[in-house]
Amino acid sequence: MIAFDLFTTSLREVNQTLHAAGSGDFTIDNPQGAHALGCGIDAPLEVKINGPVGYYCAGMNQHANVSVIGNAGTGVAENMMSGTVRVSGNASQSAGATGHGGMLIIEGSASARCGISMKGIDIVVGGNVGHMSAFMAQTGNLIVLGDAGADLGDSIYEARIFVRGTVGGLGADCAEKEMRPRHLELLADRLTAARIEADPADFTRYGSARALYNFHADDIDHEEPGA
Amino acid sequence: MCGIVGLYLKTDRHEQQLGHLAALMLHEMRARGPDSAGFSIYDANAVRSDVTRITVLAESVEVDWEHVRSGLAAALATTVDVRPIHDHAVLETDGDGRAARQWLIDHQPQLDVLAYGKAIELFKAVGDPDGVADRFDLAKRAGTHVVAHTRMATESAITTNGSHPFSTGADTCLVHNGSLSNHNQLRERLEACGETFQTENDSEVAAGYLAWRLREGDSLEQALHGALDDLDGFYTLAIGVQDGFAVLRDAIACKPAVIAETDDWVAMSSEFRAIAQLPEVNDADVWEPEPATVYTWTRGAA
Repeated sequence: MIAFDLFTTSLREVNQTLHAAGSGDFTIDNPQGAHALGCGIDAPLEVKINGPVGYYCAGMNQHANVSVIGNAGTGVAENMMSGTVRVSGNASQSAGATGHGGMLIIEGSASARCGISMKGIDIVVGGNVGHMSAFMAQTGNLIVLGDAGADLGDSIYEARIFVRGTVGGLGADCAEKEMRPRHLELLADRLTAARIEADPADFTRYGSARALYNFHADDIDHEEPGA
Repeated sequence: MCGIVGLYLKTDRHEQQLGHLAALMLHEMRARGPDSAGFSIYDANAVRSDVTRITVLAESVEVDWEHVRSGLAAALATTVDVRPIHDHAVLETDGDGRAARQWLIDHQPQLDVLAYGKAIELFKAVGDPDGVADRFDLAKRAGTHVVAHTRMATESAITTNGSHPFSTGADTCLVHNGSLSNHNQLRERLEACGETFQTENDSEVAAGYLAWRLREGDSLEQALHGALDDLDGFYTLAIGVQDGFAVLRDAIACKPAVIAETDDWVAMSSEFRAIAQLPEVNDADVWEPEPATVYTWTRGAA
Protein backbone atom coordinates (compact mmCIF):
# COMPACT_ATOMS: atom_id res chain seq x y z
CA MET A 1 0.00 0.00 0.00
CA ILE A 2 1.36 3.38 -1.04
CA ALA A 3 -0.29 6.45 0.48
CA PHE A 4 -0.20 9.95 -0.97
CA ASP A 5 -1.34 13.22 0.55
CA LEU A 6 -1.96 15.96 -2.02
CA PHE A 7 -1.23 18.56 0.67
CA THR A 8 2.39 17.40 0.56
CA THR A 9 2.82 15.61 -2.80
CA SER A 10 2.22 17.26 -6.16
CA LEU A 11 -0.51 16.08 -8.48
CA ARG A 12 2.08 15.42 -11.18
CA GLU A 13 4.16 13.23 -8.89
CA VAL A 14 1.09 11.19 -7.90
CA ASN A 15 0.05 10.67 -11.52
CA GLN A 16 3.57 9.77 -12.62
CA THR A 17 3.81 7.17 -9.86
CA LEU A 18 0.48 5.67 -10.93
CA HIS A 19 1.62 5.58 -14.57
CA ALA A 20 4.87 3.84 -13.68
CA ALA A 21 3.32 1.21 -11.41
CA GLY A 22 2.46 -2.20 -12.82
CA SER A 23 0.37 -3.26 -9.84
CA GLY A 24 -0.31 -2.35 -6.25
CA ASP A 25 -2.70 -0.55 -3.90
CA PHE A 26 -2.69 3.23 -3.56
CA THR A 27 -4.57 5.73 -1.43
CA ILE A 28 -4.71 9.45 -2.11
CA ASP A 29 -5.83 11.88 0.59
CA ASN A 30 -6.84 15.54 0.35
CA PRO A 31 -7.53 15.79 -3.38
CA GLN A 32 -9.34 19.15 -2.78
CA GLY A 33 -11.04 19.01 -6.17
CA ALA A 34 -7.80 18.64 -8.15
CA HIS A 35 -8.16 18.01 -11.89
CA ALA A 36 -6.96 14.99 -13.87
CA LEU A 37 -6.24 12.86 -10.80
CA GLY A 38 -5.52 9.26 -11.78
CA CYS A 39 -5.82 10.03 -15.48
CA GLY A 40 -4.21 7.60 -17.91
CA ILE A 41 -3.60 4.63 -15.62
CA ASP A 42 -2.73 1.57 -17.72
CA ALA A 43 -2.29 -1.24 -15.17
CA PRO A 44 -4.44 -3.29 -12.75
CA LEU A 45 -4.01 -0.95 -9.78
CA GLU A 46 -6.34 -0.49 -6.82
CA VAL A 47 -6.66 3.25 -6.22
CA LYS A 48 -8.73 4.82 -3.46
CA ILE A 49 -9.17 8.60 -3.39
CA ASN A 50 -10.45 10.05 -0.13
CA GLY A 51 -12.25 13.28 -0.93
CA PRO A 52 -13.75 15.28 -3.79
CA VAL A 53 -12.02 15.29 -7.17
CA GLY A 54 -12.10 17.82 -10.04
CA TYR A 55 -12.29 17.31 -13.78
CA TYR A 56 -11.50 14.10 -15.69
CA CYS A 57 -10.67 11.90 -12.71
CA ALA A 58 -9.57 8.43 -13.90
CA GLY A 59 -9.96 9.52 -17.52
CA MET A 60 -8.75 7.02 -20.12
CA ASN A 61 -8.50 4.39 -17.41
CA GLN A 62 -7.35 0.91 -18.47
CA HIS A 63 -7.43 -2.07 -16.09
CA ALA A 64 -7.43 -0.15 -12.79
CA ASN A 65 -10.12 -0.06 -10.12
CA VAL A 66 -10.43 3.53 -8.94
CA SER A 67 -12.80 4.57 -6.17
CA VAL A 68 -13.58 8.13 -5.13
CA ILE A 69 -14.97 8.68 -1.66
CA GLY A 70 -16.69 11.97 -2.38
CA ASN A 71 -18.01 13.91 -5.38
CA ALA A 72 -16.45 14.02 -8.84
CA GLY A 73 -16.20 16.96 -11.23
CA THR A 74 -16.78 17.12 -14.98
CA GLY A 75 -15.91 14.09 -17.10
CA VAL A 76 -15.14 11.44 -14.50
CA ALA A 77 -13.86 8.26 -16.26
CA GLU A 78 -13.98 10.09 -19.58
CA ASN A 79 -12.95 7.78 -22.41
CA MET A 80 -12.40 4.85 -20.03
CA MET A 81 -11.23 1.71 -21.84
CA SER A 82 -11.53 -0.95 -19.10
CA GLY A 83 -11.48 -1.39 -15.34
CA THR A 84 -13.86 0.12 -12.80
CA VAL A 85 -14.41 3.63 -11.49
CA ARG A 86 -16.72 4.06 -8.51
CA VAL A 87 -17.85 7.40 -7.08
CA SER A 88 -19.52 7.35 -3.67
CA GLY A 89 -21.08 10.79 -4.07
CA ASN A 90 -22.40 12.76 -7.04
CA ALA A 91 -20.76 13.36 -10.40
CA SER A 92 -20.76 16.50 -12.49
CA GLN A 93 -21.58 16.72 -16.17
CA SER A 94 -20.32 14.39 -18.91
CA ALA A 95 -19.62 11.46 -16.58
CA GLY A 96 -18.28 8.51 -18.56
CA ALA A 97 -18.24 10.54 -21.78
CA THR A 98 -17.03 8.60 -24.84
CA GLY A 99 -16.13 5.59 -22.65
CA HIS A 100 -15.18 2.50 -24.63
CA GLY A 101 -15.30 -0.14 -21.90
CA GLY A 102 -15.19 -0.96 -18.23
CA MET A 103 -17.75 0.13 -15.67
CA LEU A 104 -18.47 3.50 -14.05
CA ILE A 105 -20.60 3.38 -10.92
CA ILE A 106 -21.93 6.61 -9.45
CA GLU A 107 -23.68 5.90 -6.17
CA GLY A 108 -25.22 9.37 -6.04
CA SER A 109 -26.55 11.35 -8.99
CA ALA A 110 -24.89 12.46 -12.21
CA SER A 111 -25.68 15.79 -13.83
CA ALA A 112 -26.08 16.77 -17.47
CA ARG A 113 -24.86 14.72 -20.42
CA CYS A 114 -24.00 11.56 -18.49
CA GLY A 115 -22.69 8.99 -20.96
CA ILE A 116 -22.54 11.43 -23.88
CA SER A 117 -21.20 9.60 -26.93
CA MET A 118 -20.52 6.45 -24.91
CA LYS A 119 -18.91 3.71 -27.00
CA GLY A 120 -19.21 0.53 -24.95
CA ILE A 121 -18.86 1.54 -21.32
CA ASP A 122 -21.37 0.43 -18.68
CA ILE A 123 -22.57 3.28 -16.47
CA VAL A 124 -24.64 2.59 -13.36
CA VAL A 125 -26.09 5.60 -11.53
CA GLY A 126 -27.71 5.12 -8.13
CA GLY A 127 -29.56 8.44 -8.26
CA ASN A 128 -30.67 10.64 -11.14
CA VAL A 129 -29.05 11.77 -14.37
CA GLY A 130 -29.35 15.28 -15.81
CA HIS A 131 -30.54 16.51 -19.16
CA MET A 132 -29.23 15.17 -22.49
CA SER A 133 -27.78 12.04 -20.95
CA ALA A 134 -26.65 9.37 -23.44
CA PHE A 135 -26.59 12.02 -26.18
CA MET A 136 -25.34 10.31 -29.39
CA ALA A 137 -24.56 7.20 -27.33
CA GLN A 138 -23.17 4.54 -29.64
CA THR A 139 -23.02 1.34 -27.62
CA GLY A 140 -22.86 0.20 -24.02
CA ASN A 141 -25.41 0.43 -21.20
CA LEU A 142 -26.60 3.41 -19.14
CA ILE A 143 -28.48 2.18 -16.08
CA VAL A 144 -30.26 4.77 -13.92
CA LEU A 145 -31.95 3.82 -10.65
CA GLY A 146 -33.50 7.25 -10.20
CA ASP A 147 -34.94 9.66 -12.75
CA ALA A 148 -33.56 10.95 -16.05
CA GLY A 149 -33.73 14.60 -17.11
CA ALA A 150 -34.97 16.10 -20.36
CA ASP A 151 -33.93 14.91 -23.83
CA LEU A 152 -32.71 11.49 -22.75
CA GLY A 153 -30.88 9.60 -25.49
CA ASP A 154 -31.06 12.34 -28.10
CA SER A 155 -29.70 11.10 -31.45
CA ILE A 156 -28.80 7.77 -29.87
CA TYR A 157 -27.22 4.97 -31.89
CA GLU A 158 -27.15 1.45 -30.46
CA ALA A 159 -26.53 2.02 -26.75
CA ARG A 160 -29.14 0.74 -24.30
CA ILE A 161 -30.68 2.88 -21.57
CA PHE A 162 -32.47 1.46 -18.55
CA VAL A 163 -34.30 3.84 -16.21
CA ARG A 164 -36.15 2.81 -13.05
CA GLY A 165 -37.72 6.21 -12.32
CA THR A 166 -39.30 8.84 -14.50
CA VAL A 167 -37.92 10.36 -17.67
CA GLY A 168 -38.16 14.13 -18.13
CA GLY A 169 -38.49 13.63 -21.87
CA LEU A 170 -36.99 11.59 -24.68
CA GLY A 171 -34.62 13.21 -27.16
CA ALA A 172 -34.85 12.95 -30.93
CA ASP A 173 -35.08 9.36 -32.16
CA CYS A 174 -35.07 7.84 -28.67
CA ALA A 175 -37.95 5.48 -27.92
CA GLU A 176 -39.24 3.26 -25.14
CA LYS A 177 -38.61 -0.40 -25.92
CA GLU A 178 -39.82 -3.76 -24.78
CA MET A 179 -37.90 -5.45 -21.94
CA ARG A 180 -37.14 -8.92 -23.26
CA PRO A 181 -35.77 -11.78 -21.15
CA ARG A 182 -32.25 -11.17 -22.41
CA HIS A 183 -32.48 -7.52 -21.38
CA LEU A 184 -33.53 -8.57 -17.88
CA GLU A 185 -30.57 -10.95 -17.77
CA LEU A 186 -28.20 -8.30 -19.00
CA LEU A 187 -29.46 -5.80 -16.45
CA ALA A 188 -29.23 -8.31 -13.59
CA ASP A 189 -25.66 -9.11 -14.62
CA ARG A 190 -24.59 -5.46 -14.73
CA LEU A 191 -26.28 -4.58 -11.44
CA THR A 192 -24.53 -7.50 -9.77
CA ALA A 193 -21.20 -6.42 -11.23
CA ALA A 194 -21.85 -2.90 -9.92
CA ARG A 195 -22.80 -4.25 -6.47
CA ILE A 196 -26.04 -2.27 -6.69
CA GLU A 197 -29.27 -3.84 -5.51
CA ALA A 198 -32.33 -3.35 -7.69
CA ASP A 199 -34.93 -5.52 -9.40
CA PRO A 200 -34.42 -5.52 -13.20
CA ALA A 201 -38.18 -5.87 -13.65
CA ASP A 202 -38.66 -2.34 -12.27
CA PHE A 203 -36.75 -0.72 -15.16
CA THR A 204 -37.90 0.56 -18.53
CA ARG A 205 -35.65 0.19 -21.55
CA TYR A 206 -35.01 2.97 -24.05
CA GLY A 207 -33.05 2.94 -27.27
CA SER A 208 -32.86 4.19 -30.81
CA ALA A 209 -36.00 4.32 -32.94
CA ARG A 210 -33.53 4.09 -35.85
CA ALA A 211 -35.33 6.69 -37.86
CA LEU A 212 -32.74 9.46 -37.63
CA TYR A 213 -29.58 7.89 -39.00
CA ASN A 214 -28.92 5.63 -41.98
CA PHE A 215 -29.46 2.38 -40.20
CA HIS A 216 -28.67 -0.91 -41.87
CA ALA A 217 -29.32 -4.17 -40.03
CA ASP A 218 -26.13 -5.57 -41.53
CA ASP A 219 -24.08 -3.02 -39.66
CA ILE A 220 -24.76 -4.52 -36.25
CA ASP A 221 -24.61 -7.94 -34.75
CA HIS A 222 -25.95 -7.49 -31.24
CA GLU A 223 -29.55 -6.48 -31.90
CA GLU A 224 -32.08 -7.81 -34.36
CA PRO A 225 -33.76 -5.11 -36.45
CA GLY A 226 -36.48 -3.31 -34.61
CA ALA A 227 -35.51 -4.79 -31.25
CA MET B 1 -13.35 29.93 -20.27
CA CYS B 2 -13.42 32.35 -17.27
CA GLY B 3 -13.83 31.53 -13.61
CA ILE B 4 -16.64 32.68 -11.38
CA VAL B 5 -16.87 32.76 -7.63
CA GLY B 6 -19.52 33.99 -5.26
CA LEU B 7 -19.61 33.82 -1.48
CA TYR B 8 -22.68 34.90 0.43
CA LEU B 9 -22.67 34.86 4.23
CA LYS B 10 -25.98 33.84 5.77
CA THR B 11 -24.84 34.67 9.30
CA ASP B 12 -22.34 37.13 10.80
CA ARG B 13 -19.92 34.34 11.76
CA HIS B 14 -17.36 34.81 8.96
CA GLU B 15 -17.92 38.48 8.12
CA GLN B 16 -14.44 39.54 9.25
CA GLN B 17 -12.86 36.84 7.03
CA LEU B 18 -15.06 37.42 3.99
CA GLY B 19 -12.32 38.96 1.88
CA HIS B 20 -9.78 36.38 2.99
CA LEU B 21 -12.09 33.52 1.97
CA ALA B 22 -12.94 35.22 -1.32
CA ALA B 23 -9.23 35.68 -2.11
CA LEU B 24 -8.67 31.94 -1.55
CA MET B 25 -11.50 31.18 -3.95
CA LEU B 26 -10.26 33.63 -6.57
CA HIS B 27 -6.77 32.14 -6.35
CA GLU B 28 -8.12 28.71 -7.33
CA MET B 29 -9.77 30.18 -10.43
CA ARG B 30 -6.58 31.75 -11.83
CA ALA B 31 -6.10 28.96 -14.38
CA ARG B 32 -9.58 29.58 -15.79
CA GLY B 33 -8.92 33.30 -16.22
CA PRO B 34 -5.34 34.53 -16.14
CA ASP B 35 -5.94 37.75 -18.14
CA SER B 36 -7.68 39.91 -15.59
CA ALA B 37 -9.88 39.79 -12.54
CA GLY B 38 -12.37 41.77 -10.54
CA PHE B 39 -14.56 41.61 -7.49
CA SER B 40 -17.58 43.26 -5.96
CA ILE B 41 -17.61 43.29 -2.21
CA TYR B 42 -20.81 44.08 -0.33
CA ASP B 43 -21.37 45.08 3.26
CA ALA B 44 -25.09 44.85 3.84
CA ASN B 45 -24.55 45.84 7.49
CA ALA B 46 -23.09 49.19 6.50
CA VAL B 47 -26.14 50.34 4.54
CA ARG B 48 -27.22 53.84 5.54
CA SER B 49 -29.97 55.72 3.79
CA ASP B 50 -27.81 58.84 3.47
CA VAL B 51 -24.60 57.26 2.13
CA THR B 52 -24.13 56.13 -1.44
CA ARG B 53 -20.72 54.97 -2.66
CA ILE B 54 -19.70 55.18 -6.30
CA THR B 55 -16.64 53.24 -7.47
CA VAL B 56 -14.94 54.73 -10.51
CA LEU B 57 -11.96 53.65 -12.60
CA ALA B 58 -9.44 55.98 -14.24
CA GLU B 59 -7.55 53.59 -16.50
CA SER B 60 -4.21 54.93 -17.79
CA VAL B 61 -5.11 58.57 -17.16
CA GLU B 62 -4.08 61.11 -14.52
CA VAL B 63 -7.14 62.37 -12.75
CA ASP B 64 -7.54 65.42 -10.55
CA TRP B 65 -9.81 63.76 -8.01
CA GLU B 66 -10.50 67.04 -6.23
CA HIS B 67 -11.81 68.43 -9.53
CA VAL B 68 -14.06 65.37 -10.00
CA ARG B 69 -15.25 65.59 -6.39
CA SER B 70 -16.14 69.26 -6.51
CA GLY B 71 -17.82 68.95 -9.91
CA LEU B 72 -20.00 66.09 -8.73
CA ALA B 73 -20.80 67.91 -5.47
CA ALA B 74 -21.94 70.96 -7.43
CA ALA B 75 -24.04 68.85 -9.82
CA LEU B 76 -25.75 66.99 -6.96
CA ALA B 77 -25.93 70.13 -4.80
CA THR B 78 -24.60 68.19 -1.83
CA THR B 79 -21.34 66.98 -0.30
CA VAL B 80 -19.07 64.37 -1.88
CA ASP B 81 -15.97 62.73 -0.42
CA VAL B 82 -13.35 60.98 -2.50
CA ARG B 83 -11.05 58.10 -1.56
CA PRO B 84 -8.55 57.19 -4.34
CA ILE B 85 -7.33 53.56 -4.38
CA HIS B 86 -4.68 53.00 -7.08
CA ASP B 87 -6.41 53.75 -10.38
CA HIS B 88 -9.84 53.49 -8.75
CA ALA B 89 -11.61 55.88 -6.42
CA VAL B 90 -14.64 55.55 -4.17
CA LEU B 91 -16.84 58.64 -4.07
CA GLU B 92 -19.17 58.94 -1.11
CA THR B 93 -22.25 61.14 -1.08
CA ASP B 94 -25.69 61.59 0.41
CA GLY B 95 -26.92 62.50 -3.06
CA ASP B 96 -28.70 60.30 -5.58
CA GLY B 97 -26.51 57.48 -6.85
CA ARG B 98 -28.10 57.07 -10.25
CA ALA B 99 -27.86 60.79 -10.94
CA ALA B 100 -24.23 60.74 -9.82
CA ARG B 101 -23.45 57.85 -12.17
CA GLN B 102 -25.07 59.61 -15.11
CA TRP B 103 -23.30 62.92 -14.37
CA LEU B 104 -19.92 61.16 -14.21
CA ILE B 105 -20.56 59.33 -17.50
CA ASP B 106 -21.68 62.56 -19.20
CA HIS B 107 -19.06 64.93 -17.75
CA GLN B 108 -16.03 62.78 -16.87
CA PRO B 109 -15.55 60.62 -19.97
CA GLN B 110 -12.04 59.64 -18.85
CA LEU B 111 -13.65 57.65 -16.01
CA ASP B 112 -15.57 54.38 -16.01
CA VAL B 113 -18.28 54.20 -13.37
CA LEU B 114 -17.94 50.64 -12.10
CA ALA B 115 -20.71 50.56 -9.52
CA TYR B 116 -22.86 52.60 -7.21
CA GLY B 117 -24.97 51.73 -4.22
CA LYS B 118 -25.18 51.62 -0.47
CA ALA B 119 -23.42 48.28 0.06
CA ILE B 120 -21.23 47.66 -3.01
CA GLU B 121 -17.64 48.53 -3.89
CA LEU B 122 -16.22 47.11 -7.15
CA PHE B 123 -12.59 46.72 -8.27
CA LYS B 124 -11.15 45.26 -11.45
CA ALA B 125 -7.83 45.20 -13.26
CA VAL B 126 -5.83 43.49 -15.97
CA GLY B 127 -3.25 40.96 -14.83
CA ASP B 128 -2.83 37.99 -12.55
CA PRO B 129 -5.91 37.56 -10.34
CA ASP B 130 -3.79 37.21 -7.17
CA GLY B 131 -2.12 40.51 -7.98
CA VAL B 132 -5.48 42.20 -8.50
CA ALA B 133 -6.72 40.85 -5.16
CA ASP B 134 -3.53 42.10 -3.45
CA ARG B 135 -3.66 45.55 -5.03
CA PHE B 136 -7.16 46.18 -3.74
CA ASP B 137 -6.63 44.47 -0.36
CA LEU B 138 -9.35 41.90 -0.94
CA ALA B 139 -8.05 39.56 1.79
CA LYS B 140 -8.29 42.29 4.44
CA ARG B 141 -11.85 43.31 3.68
CA ALA B 142 -14.86 42.42 5.80
CA GLY B 143 -18.40 42.29 4.53
CA THR B 144 -21.41 40.13 3.81
CA HIS B 145 -20.95 38.91 0.23
CA VAL B 146 -18.58 38.85 -2.69
CA VAL B 147 -18.98 38.21 -6.38
CA ALA B 148 -15.72 37.80 -8.32
CA HIS B 149 -14.37 36.75 -11.68
CA THR B 150 -11.18 35.68 -13.44
CA ARG B 151 -11.22 36.39 -17.15
CA MET B 152 -9.92 34.61 -20.22
CA ALA B 153 -11.01 37.03 -22.93
CA THR B 154 -12.50 35.34 -25.99
CA GLU B 155 -14.67 37.90 -27.76
CA SER B 156 -13.12 41.25 -26.92
CA ALA B 157 -9.78 42.73 -25.92
CA ILE B 158 -8.02 42.28 -22.58
CA THR B 159 -8.88 45.61 -20.98
CA THR B 160 -9.90 46.68 -17.53
CA ASN B 161 -13.30 47.88 -18.60
CA GLY B 162 -13.90 44.55 -20.34
CA SER B 163 -13.29 42.79 -17.03
CA HIS B 164 -16.02 41.63 -14.70
CA PRO B 165 -18.04 42.21 -12.54
CA PHE B 166 -20.41 44.50 -14.42
CA SER B 167 -22.83 46.80 -12.72
CA THR B 168 -25.14 49.47 -14.11
CA GLY B 169 -27.82 49.72 -11.40
CA ALA B 170 -27.83 50.37 -7.68
CA ASP B 171 -26.04 47.62 -5.72
CA THR B 172 -26.66 45.15 -8.59
CA CYS B 173 -23.78 43.36 -10.27
CA LEU B 174 -23.04 40.15 -12.08
CA VAL B 175 -20.18 38.00 -13.29
CA HIS B 176 -20.66 35.90 -16.40
CA ASN B 177 -19.09 32.79 -17.86
CA GLY B 178 -20.30 32.33 -21.40
CA SER B 179 -21.34 34.56 -24.28
CA LEU B 180 -24.59 36.22 -25.27
CA SER B 181 -25.71 36.27 -28.89
CA ASN B 182 -28.47 38.89 -28.71
CA HIS B 183 -26.65 41.56 -26.73
CA ASN B 184 -26.61 44.21 -29.46
CA GLN B 185 -30.36 44.09 -29.94
CA LEU B 186 -30.94 43.94 -26.20
CA ARG B 187 -28.57 46.86 -25.60
CA GLU B 188 -30.61 49.04 -27.98
CA ARG B 189 -33.82 47.99 -26.26
CA LEU B 190 -32.42 48.81 -22.83
CA GLU B 191 -30.97 52.15 -23.98
CA ALA B 192 -34.46 53.06 -25.17
CA CYS B 193 -35.61 52.29 -21.61
CA GLY B 194 -33.02 54.64 -20.09
CA GLU B 195 -30.05 52.35 -19.39
CA THR B 196 -26.56 53.70 -20.07
CA PHE B 197 -23.71 51.40 -21.07
CA GLN B 198 -19.99 52.12 -21.00
CA THR B 199 -18.54 49.15 -22.90
CA GLU B 200 -19.26 46.95 -25.93
CA ASN B 201 -19.24 43.90 -23.67
CA ASP B 202 -22.11 41.39 -23.81
CA SER B 203 -22.02 40.78 -20.06
CA GLU B 204 -22.61 44.46 -19.31
CA VAL B 205 -25.88 44.15 -21.22
CA ALA B 206 -26.96 41.29 -18.93
CA ALA B 207 -26.14 43.49 -15.91
CA GLY B 208 -28.12 46.35 -17.48
CA TYR B 209 -31.05 44.02 -18.10
CA LEU B 210 -31.26 43.05 -14.41
CA ALA B 211 -30.80 46.67 -13.32
CA TRP B 212 -33.67 47.73 -15.59
CA ARG B 213 -36.01 44.95 -14.39
CA LEU B 214 -35.25 45.66 -10.72
CA ARG B 215 -35.72 49.40 -11.23
CA GLU B 216 -39.10 48.71 -12.84
CA GLY B 217 -40.15 46.94 -9.65
CA ASP B 218 -39.41 43.28 -10.31
CA SER B 219 -38.25 41.10 -7.46
CA LEU B 220 -34.87 39.46 -8.01
CA GLU B 221 -36.67 36.18 -8.84
CA GLN B 222 -38.93 37.91 -11.36
CA ALA B 223 -35.98 39.67 -13.00
CA LEU B 224 -34.11 36.37 -13.34
CA HIS B 225 -37.13 34.58 -14.81
CA GLY B 226 -37.29 37.43 -17.30
CA ALA B 227 -33.61 36.94 -18.09
CA LEU B 228 -34.27 33.28 -18.96
CA ASP B 229 -36.70 34.50 -21.63
CA ASP B 230 -34.72 37.49 -22.87
CA LEU B 231 -31.03 36.51 -22.73
CA ASP B 232 -30.01 34.37 -25.69
CA GLY B 233 -26.70 32.54 -25.46
CA PHE B 234 -24.58 30.64 -23.02
CA TYR B 235 -24.35 31.79 -19.48
CA THR B 236 -23.64 30.88 -15.93
CA LEU B 237 -24.20 34.02 -13.89
CA ALA B 238 -23.46 34.87 -10.27
CA ILE B 239 -25.39 37.94 -9.19
CA GLY B 240 -25.11 40.22 -6.20
CA VAL B 241 -27.73 42.66 -4.93
CA GLN B 242 -27.73 44.80 -1.79
CA ASP B 243 -28.83 42.03 0.56
CA GLY B 244 -28.96 39.03 -1.72
CA PHE B 245 -27.19 36.64 -4.03
CA ALA B 246 -28.35 34.61 -7.03
CA VAL B 247 -27.16 32.03 -9.55
CA LEU B 248 -28.61 31.46 -13.00
CA ARG B 249 -27.66 29.09 -15.84
CA ASP B 250 -29.08 28.93 -19.34
CA ALA B 251 -31.17 25.96 -20.49
CA ILE B 252 -28.23 24.09 -22.03
CA ALA B 253 -26.00 24.69 -18.98
CA CYS B 254 -22.68 23.93 -20.65
CA LYS B 255 -20.82 26.51 -18.54
CA PRO B 256 -19.88 24.83 -15.28
CA ALA B 257 -21.21 25.69 -11.85
CA VAL B 258 -21.22 24.14 -8.43
CA ILE B 259 -22.90 25.40 -5.27
CA ALA B 260 -22.11 24.51 -1.67
CA GLU B 261 -24.21 25.60 1.29
CA THR B 262 -23.90 25.38 5.07
CA ASP B 263 -25.88 27.08 7.84
CA ASP B 264 -23.40 29.98 7.67
CA TRP B 265 -22.68 30.49 3.99
CA VAL B 266 -23.49 29.69 0.41
CA ALA B 267 -20.67 29.55 -2.12
CA MET B 268 -20.79 29.19 -5.87
CA SER B 269 -17.95 28.63 -8.28
CA SER B 270 -17.07 27.30 -11.71
CA GLU B 271 -15.22 24.45 -10.04
CA PHE B 272 -15.32 22.76 -6.65
CA ARG B 273 -11.65 23.39 -5.94
CA ALA B 274 -12.48 27.05 -5.32
CA ILE B 275 -14.87 25.96 -2.59
CA ALA B 276 -12.70 23.18 -1.14
CA GLN B 277 -11.00 25.33 1.50
CA LEU B 278 -14.02 27.11 2.96
CA PRO B 279 -14.75 26.50 6.66
CA GLU B 280 -16.83 23.38 7.42
CA VAL B 281 -16.94 22.53 3.71
CA ASN B 282 -17.08 18.84 4.53
CA ASP B 283 -20.48 19.39 6.12
CA ALA B 284 -21.81 21.45 3.21
CA ASP B 285 -24.56 20.41 0.84
CA VAL B 286 -22.92 20.39 -2.58
CA TRP B 287 -24.87 20.36 -5.83
CA GLU B 288 -24.89 21.62 -9.38
CA PRO B 289 -27.47 24.27 -10.18
CA GLU B 290 -30.04 22.98 -12.67
CA PRO B 291 -30.39 24.57 -16.10
CA ALA B 292 -32.93 27.39 -16.47
CA THR B 293 -33.57 27.43 -12.72
CA VAL B 294 -33.47 30.52 -10.52
CA TYR B 295 -31.52 30.25 -7.24
CA THR B 296 -31.65 33.17 -4.80
CA TRP B 297 -30.61 33.81 -1.23
CA THR B 298 -31.58 36.82 0.85
CA ARG B 299 -30.13 37.64 4.20
CA GLY B 300 -32.47 37.51 7.15
CA ALA B 301 -35.46 37.40 4.84
CA ALA B 302 -38.66 36.57 6.64
